[in-house]
Amino acid sequence: MPAPDVATSGHAFTPDAAAALGGPSWLSRRRIEAAEKLAAVAWPTSREEIWRYSRVDKFDPGRYSPPDYGEGSGPARQAPGGGPFAAEAGDRAGLVVVRNGRVVHAEVEPGLAAAGVVVADLADVDPGLAAERIGACSDASPDPFTVLHDAFLAGGAFILVPDGVVVEAPIVVLHWTEGDGVAGFPHTFVGAGASAEVAVVERYASTDQEMLVDAVVELDLAENAHVRYLAVQEHGTGTWQVALQRAHLGRDATLRSSAVALGGDYARLRSESLLAAEGAESDLLAVYYGDGDQMLDFRTLQDHAAPHTRSDLLFKGAVEDRARSVYSGLIRVRPGAQKVDAHQSNRNLVLSEGAGAESIPNLAIEADDVRCTHASAVGPIDDDALYYLATRGVSPDDAERLIVLGFFEDVFGRLPLPSLEAPLRRSVNEKVGHLHPSDPRGAR
Amino acid sequence: MSVLRISGLRAEIGGHEILRGVDLEVRSGEVHALMGPNGSGKSTLAHVIMGRGDYDVTGGSVTLDGEELLGLPTWQRAARGLFLAMQYPVELPGVRVGDLLQAARRTAGPAAAAPGLGERITAEAARLGVRDEFLSRGVNVEFSGGEKKRAETLQLAVLEPAFAILDEIDSGLDVDALADVARRIEAMTTETGLGVVAITHYARLLRELRADRVHIFAGGRVVASGGPELAAGLERAGYDGLAAELGVELPAPVAPPEPADPFAEPVGF
Repeated sequence: MPAPDVATSGHAFTPDAAAALGGPSWLSRRRIEAAEKLAAVAWPTSREEIWRYSRVDKFDPGRYSPPDYGEGSGPARQAPGGGPFAAEAGDRAGLVVVRNGRVVHAEVEPGLAAAGVVVADLADVDPGLAAERIGACSDASPDPFTVLHDAFLAGGAFILVPDGVVVEAPIVVLHWTEGDGVAGFPHTFVGAGASAEVAVVERYASTDQEMLVDAVVELDLAENAHVRYLAVQEHGTGTWQVALQRAHLGRDATLRSSAVALGGDYARLRSESLLAAEGAESDLLAVYYGDGDQMLDFRTLQDHAAPHTRSDLLFKGAVEDRARSVYSGLIRVRPGAQKVDAHQSNRNLVLSEGAGAESIPNLAIEADDVRCTHASAVGPIDDDALYYLATRGVSPDDAERLIVLGFFEDVFGRLPLPSLEAPLRRSVNEKVGHLHPSDPRGAR
Repeated sequence: MSVLRISGLRAEIGGHEILRGVDLEVRSGEVHALMGPNGSGKSTLAHVIMGRGDYDVTGGSVTLDGEELLGLPTWQRAARGLFLAMQYPVELPGVRVGDLLQAARRTAGPAAAAPGLGERITAEAARLGVRDEFLSRGVNVEFSGGEKKRAETLQLAVLEPAFAILDEIDSGLDVDALADVARRIEAMTTETGLGVVAITHYARLLRELRADRVHIFAGGRVVASGGPELAAGLERAGYDGLAAELGVELPAPVAPPEPADPFAEPVGF
């Protein structure tokens, strides 16, 4: 099959371009396979249910190019944007810095390295470790953007915790993307062996230039593994993010995962948990806040493939100005998965008349002895609450800020990494705060 | 010494006149009880004084130390020294009372912005019998009736307004809570010179919160005023009996009876 070039495909994501990226042979093979699929991919439209309400109709691959990875993109040994956030994560067991999808720095505590913990660039680790694992979760849920991701995947954060090893402090991953028209393909793989424990904090940030961040996060939990995961998305104003975060949970494994989404022009996250064996538990939380013309788009899946599994989901968001949010979530209980306990709740505050939120919870239950609930709400701030605060002398701006922050409080209280509560609360407060920069929590 | 003066106040809702020329003058340190049958417009008066948007003011004035308050938004009236303790305090999920009071004090001028808010709250909580857990929860969320009214009183005590309007602060209170709340407010009248307009159905509130003046409110206006003996007369004879004794005519209700609990639905999400 002749490889289409830019002229015929209308974009720079050609098999030749994919093949030209270096790296280990297993990764090249993976890219070439994906690039061949990509050549035949039809870009989705919002007529497809999974893309309903999205901005995918505006997606133009011709606006972006793969970054020029070059060799040793030297000056950026550190990605900007980690800043105080990285510092406030407190003690950390490891750090990965990723720039335009390529790992520029990776470190891990020597003691943990000696215990077999790997924190590295997936392109650098022993192919015996990485080749089988990359795609272990994400390959089960492809879409055109994961195919594009795989076709240009040349590196990423690879975190592996061997059986029985407990990593106390979080491992921090900082993703930074820059460059006009750049397409970045950040990839994070977290593998937790049997009875292993680890916490991973990721922050995604970018400049305000137009760019595409096509990200994949894989969380692979073996039997009785316990993973806490927090992703903070603070992209610049021109970023299109299309991301998949997918977790596979083995027997008695527990995942506590949170997403905080504040940035980007259009920022989509598919968040999926496959509860593959008995006793697995998945807890998915999210806080999102859109303003200006942003659209924040979430598609969630709690996929119960085994009996006696539990999942909970709480996504809370606010939109103001002309911002839009989409939540579309599915609890699936597969045949035979009895005694499943699954809940999903999505609540939205609409702060401006021009803003809007879609909320579509769904259940697909194919077992008869389960306990599943779903709830959804979209509404403005209650006038009675504003009046109540006004009778105490609280200004309208402050009242709105108090109510919005209060609305998110129950999610903040359940974050898997309490040390990050303060910086995250501050980030949200800044979003709410065209109003007032002061910290409302100072009083007590 | 401050003066809250209401004169000739008229207001309507949806074209239906509720307040029909209210006159009332309250000075610092004074307690005025406003008693009247259901539908007489007492709660409407409270909300019109505070500037709730649902009502159209068609005449009269409300001044604080000579400054006209009508036309100011609610929060600015509060910042100038008014406070409304609500009959049904609104639940604010995730908003702690400390957050609320700090935001409130920011608008209330330099004196109110004094430091030590946390200590003030703790001290008032101890004085009012508000347990610590209520300070760390969302304001009014899953509070009992009594806890809500104690929390209202705590906010009132910390904010130290010039005048407080108490809209049936005695409803939903057991005897002990009523005594705690009323005694605390009575103490404010001497400690900080708080002036009080207490809307109530019950004379029992006025035994703890000693009223200087009692006003009978009916048909959207004050129909009779007197000392504490008026409340006693009301308890003995009822509105009709007292009206007959006083030789005044009780106007018909201006509003349908209030719904049992308009804020019974929780506010939050």
